[in-house]
Amino acid sequence: MYSHTVLTALLVWPVVGAAVVLLVPERWAKHVALAASLAEFAISVPLWWTFQPAAGMQFVLDLPWIPFWGIRYTVGVDGISLFMVLLTTFLVPLSVLGSYTYIATRERGFYALMLVLTSGMIGVFVSLDLFLFYVMWEVMLVPMYFIIGVWGGERRLYAAIKFFIYTFFGSLLMLVAILALVALIGQRSGIYSFSYTYLLTHLGGLGPAAYWLFGAFFLAFAIKVPMFPFHTWLPDAHVEAPTAGSVILAGVLLKMGTYGFLRFALPLFPAVALHPAIQTGIVALSLIGIVYGGLVAMVQPDFKKLIAYSSVAHLGFVMLGIWALTLQSVQGALLVMINHGISTGALFFLAGMLYERRHSRLIDAFGGIAKVVPLLAAALTIVSLSSIGLPATNGFVGEFLVLVGAFRTYPRAAIVAAAGVIVAAMYLLPALQRIIYNPLDNPENEKLPDLSPREIAVLVPLLACIVWIGVYPAPILRRMEPAAINLIQSVRIDAATITATR
Amino acid sequence: MNLDLTSSADLARALLPELTLTAAALLVLLVAAWRHTGAGDQRIAGWTTVAGLAAAGAAVWWLWWHTARAAGAPSLIAVDDFRFVTDGLFLAAAGLTVLVSFDYLEREGLLVPEYYVLLLFATLGMMLMAGGEDLMVIFLGLELMSVAVYVLAGIDRKSGAAAEAALKYFLLGAFASGFLLYGIALVYGATGTTNLTQIATQVRSLSLERSPMLLLGLALVLVGFGFKVAAVPFHMWAPDVYDGSPTPVTGYMATAVKAAAFAVLFRVLVEAFTGVAAWKPIVWWLAVATMIAGNFIALAQRMVKRMLAYSSIAHAGYVLVAVAVGTWAASAALLVYLFAYTLVTLAAFALLAALGRDGERDVRIDDLAGLGQRRPWLAFALAVCMLSLLGFPGTLGFIGKWYILVAATMVRQTLLAAILVLTSVVSAGYYLPVIMAMYMKPAPEPSDQAHTGARLGRSAAVVVAACVLGLLVLGVRPNRLLDLARSSAVVPPASAATPATGR
Repeated sequence: MYSHTVLTALLVWPVVGAAVVLLVPERWAKHVALAASLAEFAISVPLWWTFQPAAGMQFVLDLPWIPFWGIRYTVGVDGISLFMVLLTTFLVPLSVLGSYTYIATRERGFYALMLVLTSGMIGVFVSLDLFLFYVMWEVMLVPMYFIIGVWGGERRLYAAIKFFIYTFFGSLLMLVAILALVALIGQRSGIYSFSYTYLLTHLGGLGPAAYWLFGAFFLAFAIKVPMFPFHTWLPDAHVEAPTAGSVILAGVLLKMGTYGFLRFALPLFPAVALHPAIQTGIVALSLIGIVYGGLVAMVQPDFKKLIAYSSVAHLGFVMLGIWALTLQSVQGALLVMINHGISTGALFFLAGMLYERRHSRLIDAFGGIAKVVPLLAAALTIVSLSSIGLPATNGFVGEFLVLVGAFRTYPRAAIVAAAGVIVAAMYLLPALQRIIYNPLDNPENEKLPDLSPREIAVLVPLLACIVWIGVYPAPILRRMEPAAINLIQSVRIDAATITATR
Repeated sequence: MNLDLTSSADLARALLPELTLTAAALLVLLVAAWRHTGAGDQRIAGWTTVAGLAAAGAAVWWLWWHTARAAGAPSLIAVDDFRFVTDGLFLAAAGLTVLVSFDYLEREGLLVPEYYVLLLFATLGMMLMAGGEDLMVIFLGLELMSVAVYVLAGIDRKSGAAAEAALKYFLLGAFASGFLLYGIALVYGATGTTNLTQIATQVRSLSLERSPMLLLGLALVLVGFGFKVAAVPFHMWAPDVYDGSPTPVTGYMATAVKAAAFAVLFRVLVEAFTGVAAWKPIVWWLAVATMIAGNFIALAQRMVKRMLAYSSIAHAGYVLVAVAVGTWAASAALLVYLFAYTLVTLAAFALLAALGRDGERDVRIDDLAGLGQRRPWLAFALAVCMLSLLGFPGTLGFIGKWYILVAATMVRQTLLAAILVLTSVVSAGYYLPVIMAMYMKPAPEPSDQAHTGARLGRSAAVVVAACVLGLLVLGVRPNRLLDLARSSAVVPPASAATPATGR
């Protein structure tokens, strides 16, 4: 019972919650939303134990939807998507709790949109039908667009529309590619189906069209990741979004891009993806992302913008890990995806807490606040160190695996990326120093309140995860390993057979 | 039910919807002549109109239900599901327009019961036009529709803009009719017939694919229809006419008139000119030009009504993609798209009519600021309309666009599909600002008095609610609509021999 309905329950429950949030009085909205998102998390937790690493796709539910077009409602998770689902359900209640005081206007709308957004995000990660995937991919745009545009900062309108149009542009081209792929395979096999597994098993010999199709998928995902040079929407969206929006944006939405590469772009077009020029080009772009993101982050006066550019660098590691295509690097990439969600999410929470105290995002507005707000300073220090990738924090494990794995296929790239880790220290540590350790020279900072119990409740789960994954990542790695091996083997074998038959 | 169109009893059965509507129009004419002194009288005429439309709809349904088909080769009027479904679309659009018009006419102080008569005659013209199996019937239907709509555009005699719109529409429309008629004459000269299927037969048997006279005639016919669907470069009249006409009439023109022109264009090209390859590249370029020009010019508009006018040109471009593809699937896609577009556009213009108290021409996009808080339901409905026009998943607009894309990619028209989606991205640049203004900008001071006049009348509210609900429900579960469209598609005669498979 649980195994067939759980994913659908995860999709439907937040929408129900959103409807309830819209109906209750304004002052209850946040509590109802918190309850709903906690319940969502509770629904998802048993996935962790009931998931069988070796079993491939599981918790599958497959129902006809629009049979005329070969569209089915198919959901399921494997070792790759499982953690994305858990990450989503884990971050949403924290984001809701973290918005309790930040969001002061139109609360019902905000929390309802947060819950609808949850459905959309889960939907992207569990869809095994390309139509369903596309619909979910687009549907989660609207709530995020509203969250940025209504509750964001001063330049929110610009940021919101930029975010929307960038993503929309990429995804519409992907839509055409999906249709062309289905038409190509359908004309050859006689069955028009948007089913992921059907398409995967009937691939082969797409010919030169595969390059165009891959290009469209690549563009959609690269914008979402975002890879250099498609990243320019990210700093605007991150900076202008309210705290919860930034957390979800960094924690989950960016992962959709890398997840898309793992789930669709690589397995569907293995020959193209392993074409040496393309593979090298993407690895090069990842490296540029790592170094460029770090260097730009170094000169940001705005703390949120600094975190935003650090995301570009972290996602560069993920891309490197995916495209190096060894077991360690892919596992590392998956782990960096999780870690980035936790650490950068926590950084955005902290930036939001600082902003709520001083109404400034500028690093220079602070200084020496370690004496005034010791708990906040401690949390910020731990999170920053984890984001840099200090051993015994989660950041280290992921990036280390990526580097080890990438060294086998792209040794020079791994060396450059290792330098990127140093760059990370070079932008985060000075920022940390200027915010909490320098002399306390601004009288405004002398009366800042320390973390409230609610804020502690937001941060403690994140800090716990930082330490847990840093010290004992084995349970996670064990669950993702079969899926990662399967992915690598299928991509390499498919690419080999396609290249051989050509 | 097989109808022998040479017997007058069966011909009357085949024409039952048109005859019913004619009778209704004459009845409303009598009602309007008998009672025409106040708003109450006008409502009587309006409800009589709705009843007449419903009766004609019942007649259409009766024919559809009994799967009426013509015995032997069709002459004069088609008896197929494509006709019945498009008839249903026109009747529904007219009915919704009447319901929206009640409050509008009263609010604007327009005492014009003949409005409803004209609406009925225009709808009758559309039905003849889209159902015509002969170029002469098509032309008669087109003229009946056009003349009635020319008058409707200028029905507000006090408004200078409406007068300008009507005159412009009339002059350019007459010109376009001339092109069409000349084209029909040349086609007749080349083939010796005006019957659509016989034209196709003649083209095949006399191998007229390259006959200059036929090609010239085809080109002129395309110009004539291109004008009616407002395809670039024959679109110049559309923004001014849409802008100047009373808003419910604009909604009617943008939906029913356009749907009728597209239905007949598709039928003529696919049934009569299926053997002539020349029209495909022409329509291809028309589609591309219309999508690009419509979307980019709409981007520059500040007035909601003008923006919607240009956006309707852009949508004509999307539908032209289906025409250019010209397959069986494209014909089903055309029906779905026209249905979706009719729902959303009627709702959008009804909302716009409610927002503009004194002259909706002047509603700027920025004037919508704060509507999301002051009038949440209105704003929600308009937001759904904008997302549906944008073709966003979860709305019917997406299903329509998806179907056109499916039809295009099926026949390897991937470039056309790519242009369609890229221009759709551009359209986000003018649909989103409407949502942005409503929800993300504060209401003008004093904020508690903003938008107090924005009120939908009861019947208009029902129309909008039904349309929005339809957009959302059918956007998630379009199966029945797709089945209907699939079974009503026009099958090109060439491929009629091979059974039309699922896709």
